[in-house]
Amino acid sequence: MADMMTAGGHVRLGSNAGQGLTRRDGVLKVTGGAGYAADCRPEGLLHAVTASAGIARGRVTHLDVAAAEAHPGVVKVYTHANALPLALSPDNKIHPFVWRMDALQSDEVRYAGQPIALVVAHSLEAATEGARLLAPQYDAQPARVTLDDAEPYETDTTAFGRPSGHSSGDIEAARAAADSHLTTTVETPSQYHNPLEPHAITAQWHGDQLEIDTPNQAIGLAKQTIAAFLGIDPSQILLRSPFLGGGFGAKAIVFGAQFLTILAARDLGQPVKMVLRRDQMYGPVGHRAPTRQTLQLDLDAEGHILALEHDTITTTSTFDQFLESASNASHSVYATSALRTEHHARRADIGTPGPMRAPGEASGSAALEIAMDVAAEARGMDPLAFRRLNYAKIDPSTGLAFSSKALEECYAKAAEAFGWEGRPLAPRQMREGRLLKGWGMGTAQFPCPMFQAAAHATLRADGSAVIETSAADMGQGAWTALAQIAADGLGIDVDKVEFRSGRSDLPDAGVAGGSGHTATAGNALFNAGADAVRQMVDLATNDPASPLFGAGNLGVTARGGRLHRNDDDRSESYEDILARAGLELLRGEGKASREGTPERAMFSHGGVFAEVLVDPDLGQIRVSRLIGAFAAGRIINPRLARSQLLGGMIWGIGFALHEEALHDARTGRFVNNDFAGYHVPVNADVPMIEAMTVHEDDPFVNALGIKGVGEIGVTGTVGAIANAVWHATGIRPARFPIHPESLI
Amino acid sequence: MNRFEYERAGTLAEAIGAEGAFLAGGTNLLDLMKIGVQAPARLVDISRLPLTEIEPVEGGLRIGAMVRNSTLARDPQVLAKYPALAEALLSGASAQLRNAASTGGNVMQATRCSYYQDPLSPCNRRNPGSGCGALGGETRNHAVLGWTEGCIATHPSDMCVALAAYDAVVEISGPEGARSVAMAEFHPLPDAQGAGDAPLAAGEIITHIRLPDPGAMARHARYVKLRERTSFAFAIVSAAAALAVEDGRITQARLALGGVAARPWRCRTAEAALLGQPATIETFTRAAELALEGASPSGANEAKIRLARKIAIRALERAAAGTPERLPALPASLFAGDDNG
Amino acid sequence: MTFNLNLTINGTAQQIALDDPRVTLLDVLRERVGLTGTKKGCDRGQCGACTVLIDGQRMNACLALALSYDGAEITTIEGLAKGETLHPVQAAFVAHDGFQCGYCTPGQIMSAVGLIAEGEAGLDPERVREGMSGNLCRCAAYAGITEAVLEATREMSAQEGTSA
Repeated sequence: MADMMTAGGHVRLGSNAGQGLTRRDGVLKVTGGAGYAADCRPEGLLHAVTASAGIARGRVTHLDVAAAEAHPGVVKVYTHANALPLALSPDNKIHPFVWRMDALQSDEVRYAGQPIALVVAHSLEAATEGARLLAPQYDAQPARVTLDDAEPYETDTTAFGRPSGHSSGDIEAARAAADSHLTTTVETPSQYHNPLEPHAITAQWHGDQLEIDTPNQAIGLAKQTIAAFLGIDPSQILLRSPFLGGGFGAKAIVFGAQFLTILAARDLGQPVKMVLRRDQMYGPVGHRAPTRQTLQLDLDAEGHILALEHDTITTTSTFDQFLESASNASHSVYATSALRTEHHARRADIGTPGPMRAPGEASGSAALEIAMDVAAEARGMDPLAFRRLNYAKIDPSTGLAFSSKALEECYAKAAEAFGWEGRPLAPRQMREGRLLKGWGMGTAQFPCPMFQAAAHATLRADGSAVIETSAADMGQGAWTALAQIAADGLGIDVDKVEFRSGRSDLPDAGVAGGSGHTATAGNALFNAGADAVRQMVDLATNDPASPLFGAGNLGVTARGGRLHRNDDDRSESYEDILARAGLELLRGEGKASREGTPERAMFSHGGVFAEVLVDPDLGQIRVSRLIGAFAAGRIINPRLARSQLLGGMIWGIGFALHEEALHDARTGRFVNNDFAGYHVPVNADVPMIEAMTVHEDDPFVNALGIKGVGEIGVTGTVGAIANAVWHATGIRPARFPIHPESLI
Repeated sequence: MNRFEYERAGTLAEAIGAEGAFLAGGTNLLDLMKIGVQAPARLVDISRLPLTEIEPVEGGLRIGAMVRNSTLARDPQVLAKYPALAEALLSGASAQLRNAASTGGNVMQATRCSYYQDPLSPCNRRNPGSGCGALGGETRNHAVLGWTEGCIATHPSDMCVALAAYDAVVEISGPEGARSVAMAEFHPLPDAQGAGDAPLAAGEIITHIRLPDPGAMARHARYVKLRERTSFAFAIVSAAAALAVEDGRITQARLALGGVAARPWRCRTAEAALLGQPATIETFTRAAELALEGASPSGANEAKIRLARKIAIRALERAAAGTPERLPALPASLFAGDDNG
Repeated sequence: MTFNLNLTINGTAQQIALDDPRVTLLDVLRERVGLTGTKKGCDRGQCGACTVLIDGQRMNACLALALSYDGAEITTIEGLAKGETLHPVQAAFVAHDGFQCGYCTPGQIMSAVGLIAEGEAGLDPERVREGMSGNLCRCAAYAGITEAVLEATREMSAQEGTSA
């Protein structure tokens, strides 16, 4: 795929991609027909419920297994005393999406909410009560759950093997040359993904064959994980994940409770279903770790950034490592001659953090955009003008040119739609009735990774096609957008495409994460279609009976289910070509990945503008308008892309104003692990929102020019809201979420 | 949830004196049972008791305990004469919960103190003598009035704040007969040990809420609620206010605060100070000072005292401005669009 | 002890033998009757994913003790479409992309049907937003949800106009 790295690899798609089709799974989802893992009800189903640790550190000294087993309906209780063994050490990392497999290995408790038992019963009610009746007793140690309590340690990497620090340019020289030095400190809290669908699994064994329904964002990797810890061959596993009720990163990993369910189903010889309760989503299934970030911007007299430093302190668990790589968000957004970023780790008695929508970027962008606003204020400049002054024409961290960057167009489009012009420079200048009104903005940026994917595209004798890849649709619209791409790869109408996806017996579509799924799986599907078309062309052009005979590959175009000669108006349908060749099926195969070291910096970009109203006496905030414009390469389906962007922006509202998980510092237990205490935005929080896209051709990012839209909406938005709050109140938020009482 | 016996009471007589926990709308009791805070051996389902009338009575209105919150909020008599009650109801919970929750159940709902809701934490309210887990913990939502070291929880109801302001009376029937208690005094404040007298004796049941006629205050009454989320959130602080103003002077005044104490906090000293005064921001500010007299933080919640003062002022201002013909789209919200400069 | 629970679900009277008094209406629907369209997001009345109509009123099925609703008429997401024809609210949710992952969608749609029947929000977007705030959507499809509810309201009042 090296040829994809150079200009000219850009493929012109047919007419399916680019259309705002409604979701192909839409009717299923509005009628209750879409099946999620917890909806499975195989014959003989047992229900499992985990018991969660009520301390953050120590040992379980007693579990009243007898009381639980005596409860009518309870079948079996699994604890550390009778735990079923794993085939591998729980700490084994067979690939980057493996977290410690907590499956009752010992009586040790490392975080509140850790599964300490699994109760299996004939009914959900009995299993739930059985788990409660275990009434655990503990030998508890003092909990260390805050950034201040946690133990510092040194590490070279943050997450997925990324280095924990970066330095380019001469910081000391740049600082010495600077006219002013501005330090900004921002704190972000623990946040939890909270997909509406809790982690769930239904596991059933048929002899040595395992069948599981569980939502997963990386179906191929999940199968590998499960096989490895079971010590069986991956081919013995069928994992179905056709619909995820949200993932946001939390479902990229197979966690202990899911694995325990698989073990219990094998042990009991019956299907077992386990669904986490909402409170159990806090601890064992990842979160966005808190950060304390310090940024220093050193400016010259005109306001150019000469040096940019971004330090992050964050927590991970005592037994695994995933660091919120917030400082990395400063690598590539603004021009600077010198750049230094660092991450400092702490170990706390918490569940291991994990990737949560825009991991690193969301927290880091929030702090960076506040720092930029502080600098603009210090220079007496309009925040947008200040960002334009420091527009990065190349990636300052690598020196690479951008593969494409229509950020200026985004700024212009969003600013105009918002009506940014004429914004007073000073805060507290605008009112709506009694309410203070403020405007703020931020730059959105998100990288464009690609994973590895494979796909099949099979043309059938009737002119229809089956496309196959184990994509994961957690709401981003894979069922629709990928089918659109595949249809164009095959040169047929999307209505003729049957899409098989969301199961592990299909070619691996890679990870639905990093906003790279459409690009990765899409390119694989397109290549599979192109491979099928190539074979079709071979058949036709080598067949004297075909009107295409002798046209050769370059002389033929596939569209509308027909091959057309480029040199005249003759064409032939796929049906006819296959019929004459006596073929029922013609299968193409395709792969996609990004090989080698990129020669360009690849990012999606955007500008987000926020208006907030703030009650001057009570400090309550409402984001009255939120407008973003984004450049994200080729948009496969504008309707679904808009939804993704809006969703990300609303996550920005939640980050800025609502979301914060609190532990009691003494016990380490959560005090708000439910939706009444951990607030996420509701409909009334979003009175006016718009996301626009800016056309962008990217000939470098991949052959189809697809970037990603799933996460970028969170970036930029958090800072834009915080900056609007400053503009309304004159108070510069230093921590998230912004509490009303901090503004009065 | 534990296994329990289930029985439905068909008549009030069957319910009175019944042993077990009364189940009405279930929105609070079932929740508490699910999280292991309550484990009644027996549930007495009172949801079908014929206590569903909202009837005018001499000197006011009488509301059956089984009237659903949503029914009460859209009742024309309530909207006309007790709009702050409707506004409070509509600012609470969600439409779904209001359709299920009963009037009596709303009065009886438990605190949302996260330590009360965590069976592993000490709590004098849940487990007398065990201590207060909240004290020294995460206390942003806790009391600033009427608390003791035994308990710093607040009462979460919006409805009860408005009822307290309206001088509502809780009608109770029990094995020993019927009795009435003022809404503002119904919920016990904690004593030094964190407990207080139980609002209801064993076998007692709330049958009705009686509201006296608000007279000239009917169209000068509002409920205002501060929360982080625009909707579907408990109050950080809230206030219900009702005023009658004649010739520029306040002739009647009611003020109650929510989210500050273990009961809806009726501010009688402040009310007295309002009487005879002009309906101005200065008057309201002085009253709000009095309303929070004696307030003290029970933890890291000092800001709540300032917020409570401000919300009292806002409620009084809105009440003075008059209740709008139709309740705003965002009931009780600071973004309801009716505060002019 | 077995309890005989009578429910009319989506127009069909059913007698359900319950061996356990603890079962919520939500778990009756999902685990006993097999109507899994109604979703469990929090099981505590805090997310709205389990919203169904009980005797025409939108409620959280997770906080409804099934025995307490003996004799009730229940409408779930499965009972909304007429054959292949989607209910106007369902059609509007598809048209306006009022969902992404789809998990909260049955609850959103049942809540919207309840909201429109209540008749208080009308075509006021702010009242629709407030009225739909008991249904969390973590994908945050709120803009589409609001647009969908407004369009369905218009569509349904137009239908009423023509049928009257």
